[in-house]
Amino acid sequence: MLRLEKRKERSRVMTWAGPLLAVALTMVFGMILFAALGKDPVRTIAIIFWDPLTNDFSRSELLVKGTPLCLIAVGLALGFRAGVWNIGAEGQFIVGAIAGGAAGLAVYDTAGVWVLPMMCLAGAAAGAAWALIPAILRIRFNANEILVSLMLVYVAGLWLSALVTGPLRDPDGFNFPESRIFHDSATLPILLEGTRAHVGALAALAAVVIGWLALERHEYGFSLKLFGQAPRAARFAGYREARVVLLSMGVSGGLAGLAGTFEAAGPVGQLVPALPVGYGFTAIIVAFLGRLHPGGILLASALMALTYIGGEGAQLEMRLPAAAISVFQGMLLFFLLGMDVFSRYRLAPSKALAARRAQGGAA
Amino acid sequence: MTALLSIRGVTKRFPGVVANADVSFDVQPGEIHALLGENGAGKSTLVKMIYGVQRPDEGTMAWNGAPFAPGSPGEARQAGVGLVFQHFSLFEALTVAENVALGLPPDQAGRDLPERIRKVSAEYGLPLDPARQVGQLSVGERQRVEIVRCLLQSPRLLIMDEPTSVLTPQEVETLFLTLRKLREEGVAILYISHKLEEIRALCTAATVLRGGRVVGACDPRQETARGLAEMMIGRELAPPGAPSGTGGAARLTLTGLTAISHAQFGVSLRDISVELRAGEVLGVAGVAGNGQDELVAVLAGETTVSPAMIQLDGKHIGGLGPTQRRRLGLNVAPEERLGHAAAPEMSLTDNTFLSARTRMRLAFRGFLRLGAAKAYAAKVVQDFDVRTPGIHAAAGSLSGGNLQKYVIGREILQSPGVLVVSQPTWGVDAGAAQAIRQALRDLAAAGAAVMVVSQDLDELMEISNRFAVIAGGRLSAPRPAGETSVEEIGLLMGGKADAAA
Amino acid sequence: MDMSALNPVAIMVALIVAATPLVFAAIGELVVEKAGVLNLGVEGMMIVGAIAGFAITQESGSTTVGILAALVAGAALAGLFAFMTQVLMSNQVATGLALTLFGLGLAAMIGQPYAGIPSPPFPELSIPGLSDLPVLGPLLFAHDWLVYASLVLTGGVWWLLNRSRAGLVLRAVGENHDAAHAIGYRVVAIRTAAILFGGACAGVGGAYLSLVAAPLWVEGMTAGRGWIALAIVVFASWKPWRAFLGAYIFGGVSIAQLNLQALGVAIESQYLSMTPYIVTIVVLVIISADKARARMNAPACLGRPFFAAG
Repeated sequence: MLRLEKRKERSRVMTWAGPLLAVALTMVFGMILFAALGKDPVRTIAIIFWDPLTNDFSRSELLVKGTPLCLIAVGLALGFRAGVWNIGAEGQFIVGAIAGGAAGLAVYDTAGVWVLPMMCLAGAAAGAAWALIPAILRIRFNANEILVSLMLVYVAGLWLSALVTGPLRDPDGFNFPESRIFHDSATLPILLEGTRAHVGALAALAAVVIGWLALERHEYGFSLKLFGQAPRAARFAGYREARVVLLSMGVSGGLAGLAGTFEAAGPVGQLVPALPVGYGFTAIIVAFLGRLHPGGILLASALMALTYIGGEGAQLEMRLPAAAISVFQGMLLFFLLGMDVFSRYRLAPSKALAARRAQGGAA
Repeated sequence: MTALLSIRGVTKRFPGVVANADVSFDVQPGEIHALLGENGAGKSTLVKMIYGVQRPDEGTMAWNGAPFAPGSPGEARQAGVGLVFQHFSLFEALTVAENVALGLPPDQAGRDLPERIRKVSAEYGLPLDPARQVGQLSVGERQRVEIVRCLLQSPRLLIMDEPTSVLTPQEVETLFLTLRKLREEGVAILYISHKLEEIRALCTAATVLRGGRVVGACDPRQETARGLAEMMIGRELAPPGAPSGTGGAARLTLTGLTAISHAQFGVSLRDISVELRAGEVLGVAGVAGNGQDELVAVLAGETTVSPAMIQLDGKHIGGLGPTQRRRLGLNVAPEERLGHAAAPEMSLTDNTFLSARTRMRLAFRGFLRLGAAKAYAAKVVQDFDVRTPGIHAAAGSLSGGNLQKYVIGREILQSPGVLVVSQPTWGVDAGAAQAIRQALRDLAAAGAAVMVVSQDLDELMEISNRFAVIAGGRLSAPRPAGETSVEEIGLLMGGKADAAA
Repeated sequence: MDMSALNPVAIMVALIVAATPLVFAAIGELVVEKAGVLNLGVEGMMIVGAIAGFAITQESGSTTVGILAALVAGAALAGLFAFMTQVLMSNQVATGLALTLFGLGLAAMIGQPYAGIPSPPFPELSIPGLSDLPVLGPLLFAHDWLVYASLVLTGGVWWLLNRSRAGLVLRAVGENHDAAHAIGYRVVAIRTAAILFGGACAGVGGAYLSLVAAPLWVEGMTAGRGWIALAIVVFASWKPWRAFLGAYIFGGVSIAQLNLQALGVAIESQYLSMTPYIVTIVVLVIISADKARARMNAPACLGRPFFAAG
């Protein structure tokens, strides 16, 4: 038998090998799952992980899906490092889409280079405000931010649905629950001609770089890490809990809101109830897969975007149920968390086994 | 006569350490047997093996001559072993009776339990109310819960792990009466301590451990404390340094300091007034849980009070946070090293940012200066002889003594005007303890004011110029160290400030 | 407004149906948290219970077998959580979230062929004679057996926690796992048992949704009820009967907003649908604001990992 033995320090090798092992294990168990569903396992894995890389359009789609994941996950990583659990990024994403979209619709038919920046600002501010609700309730009333931020996801979703059936409904839209299609100056410029990849990808890259600077080279990130690892030590160091909670929630909400605006003003082009597709939840997986490190998150969001696109391919080609890909992603998070144990602990033979071995050696 | 417990050649290894090597000794029925050794000598590991928490890698134990290898605490209790833990294994939110019931086999924890608790506790002079919540009890009362829990199972061997480190001298006397009564009834007691005077007063046999090995056995009544100490430490003791001058101008002044605690089992500080002078070491004695943690938190700025309650060099600082206080020259080293004074998973370099980023300029406009931090960490490691693989090592990987040297060194090398330290040598080996005390004295000699909060009276006697006692959140008036007897301090620690004043 | 649409007895019966799944999920989670474990995967376990119960009922034709299947499915998912957090010592918050994400996906996948099929009727446990009484009959004596089971479960858990030795040990483990370990209790085994119990309860709660309340399978049909159950545990200060009451209050809120929608109140239905979630937030805030009281019954080791050194 084997048992776990605490390491004196976190293993650096396992810290980064863990995610790779988790991906590998997910592939193995994913193949078992696909086989159980009666699909060719090897072919399905190839469709998910390889086929999207083989044509230009799929490659550009990586940017489309990776952008919101990366933006949101970088923000979440800040909070998760500090033990502040913003689980409601999906809600902040929706509210960001609403605010950004509404701002764009408010000046419908007006041309101007200021329209898009104004929409982004509105979206980020709304997302931040939405995230500050649980933050303030936690600081002021000690209310659990996980539950509050999550409840606000449902509220935001219903709000979006109410708005597009009410005040924001397209007047010429035959009563369909959707807004007008955004005017050109309220639509994100395309990065690569002929694709849906938009300039939001650049913002995601910037978030990675700034996030890295903040986390690894600045007192702000240091205070977050310290607060997450040893809250008493953080107070001893002179960092206030309220500040840490407000800053991490506010920034992550702002990034999620920005991602929401990008989604509305980019690939979707209007406000519809089906705008949120779960990026806010998948970004939680991305944040952990990237080890709460901006560089890692960049890679992880690319990988996760791959499974989205590949998953769509598998749905078409292999008639795989749409939800199979969520199972796949959930499995990845499980394996990842399971692998984590080996960066803190090592496997050692149990006492009995060690004793038997010692005897065997002597004999 | 067959020994009650006989230990032969017991060895226990952990990764990187041999906790016990070839340990052998006997405990006879009706004797109080001291197991003497420094922190880290392997006493606790040995106890865990007798109590069935861990198993020896090699060697055997015998109980009344029969082989004895308990696989769990339950089996050990079944055989007649009772253990009073050093850090109590109690549940604060549960009542005394529930706590006792948890330590008894189900058939002994019936409805008559509260009555039996009352009876046993009265019989042995350990009054207890079975219906009270343990969280509301004093430390001494909590220990009674542990002892009563053991006594209800009529143990043949009672193990006491550092039982007096949390008691006032008067409570210690009461405990000794109980233990002597038990001995007369034929119960054997394995008494674990590093307090020599106690062992000489109580025990009839002693086994001395050092570095996991038995280095001596004796009748402690025949030995001097100095002789026992040298056996325990393995070299001759340096005489304690003479206290330095009695201080100059006031550097830190507390005036009517009051802080109401809202924590569930917290202690409120009430009307504390004291002056800390340049060049002196002020010792603050007291039994754990009398407001020490709260006092240190208030001085550190983790809890703020109204500005005039704390004055540093004449400035009102009661309302300032830790960072601003450090900038003005007030540094604090809290009791808990891991998770409070240092972040266990961060490197020694990163840990310098905690308290030294302001005074040592380790950050510029919020950006961390890694080079400066590395240099400062290296200086602390070098000047305070911190044994570590390097400044990249995680704080949590250091031994207690080395981490404490790092923490104290990190504060002292910032040359603060006032330094407050709590339990500076708790769980630290003798060599490191001596180095730390010397560093504190040197800091005072250089003109700083130092406050040492400690439960170790011997330590305070050794390094303080003046003494004060904290009890129930109140601080007694300080008095010169040389003019205070242990009895007086004991009375003060018991909260009888008026009686001793 | 046409008030005649409101039949008080029918509303009360609807309230019981709305509250019962919350009772199961909240009581289960309460036991888990009393043992010192925070399992945020209630939503995932509920929805897997919902589809397992529904699918097995369809395949076997028996709702009892379906409920049993939901119980096993919930416990199985909980077993995964127990393995991760108790053996591999993974972060409880993250693992609970993973469980929810995984459970939602798994249920959607399994449920695909079952969408839109009605469920066979759930047998009612009517007490002959009594159930025919006007008003009192339908209110007290004409429910499915799970409603009565939820009462028995609440009473049983209350008795277990406050009157039995097993409950004392469970509370001790949640209060101070190191001390419990030192005295010789098997912390990991006790916690695992509590987690499995919580999962089984959540599974049954989910099956109640798909077999009694709806009664059909809709993807994502738990709609946050698992999270509301978590909030109810906080609201209840970890006391079983208060959790029962909490479930009925939240059930009441959702029934009230549905009835208002039916009455055609002049607000868009989405705003009314928000009320259960907003009420949850408000209640959480009110309960948590009194820190002393919130802490009084909270298990001291809640969410903290346990590793027995040596």
